[in-house]
Amino acid sequence: MAGHVVRPEGAGYRAFVTPRDQPPTHRPARATVAVVIALTLAVLGWIVVIGLPVLVWYWPVWRLLYGNDQYGFLGSWPITPVLLLLAAGLTLFGWPALIRAVTTAHRLRLVHLLGVSVPPPPRPEGPLWTVAWRELLSPATWRQFAYHLVAPLPAAAATVAVMAAWLVAYPRAAGFAVALAELDAAAARALLGPSQHEQLARQVAELTHSRSAVIAATDAERRRIERDLHDGAQQRLVSLAMKLGLTRTTMTDVPDSVRDAIAEAHEEAKIALVELRSFVRGLHPPVLEDRGLDAALSGLCTMAPIPVRLRVRVPQRCPPVVEAVAYFVVAEALTNVARHARAERAEVVVEQLAHRLHIVVSDDGRGGARPGAGTGLVGLAQRVAAVDGTLSIESPTGGPTRITVDLPCAS
Amino acid sequence: MRVVIAEDSVLLRAGLTTLLEASGIAVVAAVPDAETLLRSVAQHRPDLTIVDVRMAPTYRDEGVKAALVLRQQWPEIGVLLLSQYVEERYATELLSTSTSGIGYLLKDRVADVTEFLDALRRVAAGGTALDPEVVAQLLQRRQDPLFRLTPRELDVLRLMAEGRSNQGVAASLNISPSAVEKHVNNIFTKLDLPPTEVDHRRVLAVLRYLDG
Repeated sequence: MAGHVVRPEGAGYRAFVTPRDQPPTHRPARATVAVVIALTLAVLGWIVVIGLPVLVWYWPVWRLLYGNDQYGFLGSWPITPVLLLLAAGLTLFGWPALIRAVTTAHRLRLVHLLGVSVPPPPRPEGPLWTVAWRELLSPATWRQFAYHLVAPLPAAAATVAVMAAWLVAYPRAAGFAVALAELDAAAARALLGPSQHEQLARQVAELTHSRSAVIAATDAERRRIERDLHDGAQQRLVSLAMKLGLTRTTMTDVPDSVRDAIAEAHEEAKIALVELRSFVRGLHPPVLEDRGLDAALSGLCTMAPIPVRLRVRVPQRCPPVVEAVAYFVVAEALTNVARHARAERAEVVVEQLAHRLHIVVSDDGRGGARPGAGTGLVGLAQRVAAVDGTLSIESPTGGPTRITVDLPCAS
Repeated sequence: MRVVIAEDSVLLRAGLTTLLEASGIAVVAAVPDAETLLRSVAQHRPDLTIVDVRMAPTYRDEGVKAALVLRQQWPEIGVLLLSQYVEERYATELLSTSTSGIGYLLKDRVADVTEFLDALRRVAAGGTALDPEVVAQLLQRRQDPLFRLTPRELDVLRLMAEGRSNQGVAASLNISPSAVEKHVNNIFTKLDLPPTEVDHRRVLAVLRYLDG
C-alpha cells in the first residue's frame, strides 16, 4: 500500500505518509477530527438554526396568547402585530440564509477534512420577494433544516464512540473512524446537497446550454469558412479564369497545341468556379443573413429542377441558428424530392405562429421516403432535434410525401 | 467608354482594370467600397459602374444597395453588378426600379472576355445584361403561366431577358432571324400583348415574367 509515491509537484517528505491513491475519507486521523468538528458545528448550528427563531418568536407569541408579556415591560401596549410582523420578516429573509450558512460550514468541513465535495443545492432565481418565499418553502431548505435539527445527537454519539475506540480498541479505531466518516459524508450528500431530481434538472440545464453553444459555434464556423472561401479561393479562381480568358482571346498567333492547352485550362478554371460556388452556397447562403428566410428560400426554390410553390409568412426574424436549420431542412427536403420522389411539383410553406416556426414541404411524388437509405433525413432530424424542434415524415408508398418541421423561434 | 469599378478584392480590382484597359475601355477609378464608389461616380460621371455585391463594412449586400442609389441618382449611368452568387431576390429588387442600363452577372462571366465585354457595352448603352442563372431563377419563379410556352419559345424569352436582340437570339440558338421573329410573335400572342403604338412589347414581355 505505502509504496513509492511519485509526486509530480515534488512535495517534500512527510512523516505520516498517507497513500495518495486513497481518498481523504479513508484517513483515520482526519476522519476523527472531522467527527469532533462535526459535533462543534452541529451544536453551534442547532443554536443558530433552532435557537434564534425560537427567541424571535417567543415574545410576540407569548403576548398574542396572554395579552401582555411576562416581564411586565411594554405592558399591554398594542405592539403585538408589530412584533409578529418583525418575527415573520426575520424568518422569511434571515432564516434560510442562516440555514445556508451552517450548511456551508459543514460543506467546508467535509471538503477540507474528508475530501468529500457536496455541491450546493440549487437556489430559486427571480425577484427578491419571491426568491425569499420560494426559498423558505423549497425542499432543499427543509432537508438542510432536518440535518441541522438532528445533527447534534448522532454527532455527539459518534464523537464519544470514536474517542472511546481510540482509547480502548486502538488498532481497530482507525477503521471505525473511517466508517463513521463514510456515514457522515453519506448523510451530508443526502441532505445538504441537491436531490437526485435537482441534480438531473441541473444537468439538463447544463446540457441544454452546452448543446446550444455547440450548435451556435458550428453555425458560426460554417459562416467563417464561407467568408474565407469567398474572400480567398473564389476571388483567386475568378482572377485566374479571367487571366486565362484574356490570354485565350489575345494570344491568337501561337501554335494550336498551346492554344488548346490554354483553352482547356480556361474551361477547367470555370468548372472549378461552378463547383466551388455550389459548395459554398451549401455551407451557408449569405442572402439568409442579409434578407432572411423568405429571400433565401426563394432563391433555393427557383434553383430546384421542378416547379416549387413557396409561401413564407414570417413577420419577425428568428435566431440565426433556427433560420439556418429551417433553410437546410428545406434544402435537403427539396434535394430528396428531386432525387427520389419522381414528383412533378412541390410546395414549401413556412409560417410563424406564436414563437414557433412551422415548415411543411410536400410533393406529388411516389412516396416511400424512409429515414436512412441515403436520404439525409437522419441528419435532418438530428439538426432539427438539436434546436429542440420536431420533424415528422408522412410518406405512404405511392405518395404523396409530406415533411413537417416545427422549430422554436423565440427571439 | 469610361468606367468606375467598385470591387472589394484587390486582386480582382487590378484584374478587371487590366482586362478593361486591354480592351480600350478607360477605368477612371477603381475603389474598394460602396461609399467611395458613390463619391467617385459623383466626381467622374462615368458611362458605367461595375459593382461588387459584397464589400466593406459588413460584407453583405452593400453593392445591391449602392446600385439602387446609383439608379435613383444617376439613371443615365449603367450599373453592372458582379457577384460570386446570384440571388433571385436581389435581381427582383434591382429590376423593380427600371430595366434599362442594368446588369447582374456572376463573377465567373468575366472569364469569357468577349461575352463579358458585350454585356458591359450593352449595359453602358442602356440595355440589360442578366446572368443566365438569374434569368433561370426569375423564370422558374414565374413558372405557372410559362406552361403555355413551348421550350423553344422559353429559350427565346430567356435570351430576350438577357438583353439580346433578335439577331443575338438567332446567333445563340443557331436559328434564322425569321424563325426568331416567329417565336417572338408567338410569345406576344400567348402573353396577351397585342401590337400598339405606345408600348414596347418586347420590354413588356420580359417585364411580365421578371417583375411579376
